[in-house]
Amino acid sequence: MSDGTADIGSDIALGLGPAREQAGAGGEASVRDYVALLKPRVMTLVVFSGLAGLMVAPGALHPLLAAVAVLCIAIGAGAAGAINMWYDRDIDAVMSRTRSRPIPQGRVEPAEALGFGVVLSLFSVMLMGLAVNWTAAALLALANLFYVFVYTVWLKRRTPHNIVIGGAAGAFPPLIGWAAVTGSLAVAPLVLFLIVFLWTPPHFWALALYRTGDYARAGVPMLPVVAGAEATRRQMLLYTLVLLPLAPLPALLGVAGAVYAGVALLLGLLFVACALAVLRNRDPKAPKRMFGFSILYLFLLFAALIVDRAPGLLPELAPGLALLGGWAA
Amino acid sequence: MAQEPRQQRPLSEEELKAYYRAKRGKNLALLAALVGFIVLVYLVSLVRMGG
Repeated sequence: MSDGTADIGSDIALGLGPAREQAGAGGEASVRDYVALLKPRVMTLVVFSGLAGLMVAPGALHPLLAAVAVLCIAIGAGAAGAINMWYDRDIDAVMSRTRSRPIPQGRVEPAEALGFGVVLSLFSVMLMGLAVNWTAAALLALANLFYVFVYTVWLKRRTPHNIVIGGAAGAFPPLIGWAAVTGSLAVAPLVLFLIVFLWTPPHFWALALYRTGDYARAGVPMLPVVAGAEATRRQMLLYTLVLLPLAPLPALLGVAGAVYAGVALLLGLLFVACALAVLRNRDPKAPKRMFGFSILYLFLLFAALIVDRAPGLLPELAPGLALLGGWAA
Repeated sequence: MAQEPRQQRPLSEEELKAYYRAKRGKNLALLAALVGFIVLVYLVSLVRMGG
């Protein structure tokens, strides 16, 4: 019969390095640590934009398969985040924003994080392919590969354009959502891709403006570190100005209505106002406020897209409820 | 002179309890994930074969 104490003894003797010994839970990572590896806050936005792509796509997808598609997007994004944390563990330990992550804290071994990320990434792509379709699976794989190899490994430490090009990885979810329903791509999801792509630089540069010291210490060539704050502020305004007429475009393409167009225009104007406030540089808290607003911007934009499309989807998603509604009317 | 291997600090009673707790949590999470996956595959199969 096995003795539990002996198991623990062998575990400790075999595996726990000095960093894990210092960490809590006797060096054993908790479920919370593995959840943290998946970057749940980033995942929320990714899932939401994927859901928007899925809902505006023409055609119908069984609700269960739609839920599986969203789950795969979430797991895939989380897996890419775990691999990113594995690769960036050295700079994460230097930056105050990231030093409490599980790897720099010694709660999760780097190799465990890598294995966790790779397994989940493969799992999400396979499940998407088998349950939904292989176009969506290929796009999910491409997004993960882009995030890990193009952004994390290649661009992040080499160029101030890291998040301009690397931001494409975060723009994939609406494409994946659309492809999950249609099995193909079209102009409308590419516009959604462009919206997220152009939203990413001002979003990250707002963060980099009030974390410049952090990035400089870690040797990450973010635009404020390399080109200075003034040039960054001008670039941020430029991106918000390009985004202003682009965001309402889905309404003109017929995948959204007037509600979405109005919300997109209003949010776009507010985003430009934030960029102007940052450019004037009178309030030191302006970049932080713009960073917060940029998150709200994308949430509200995709929420408007979903709300605008939802009434048309009701008969497909819940035929019984729609019939009841018709009878009551 | 050969260097002595680094001695690891034995865990205290409290740390051992935390170690057990964390390990149990991970095992339960893995069990839930596996059961969830089985149920998911079953339901997806029903949907795919049905339509």
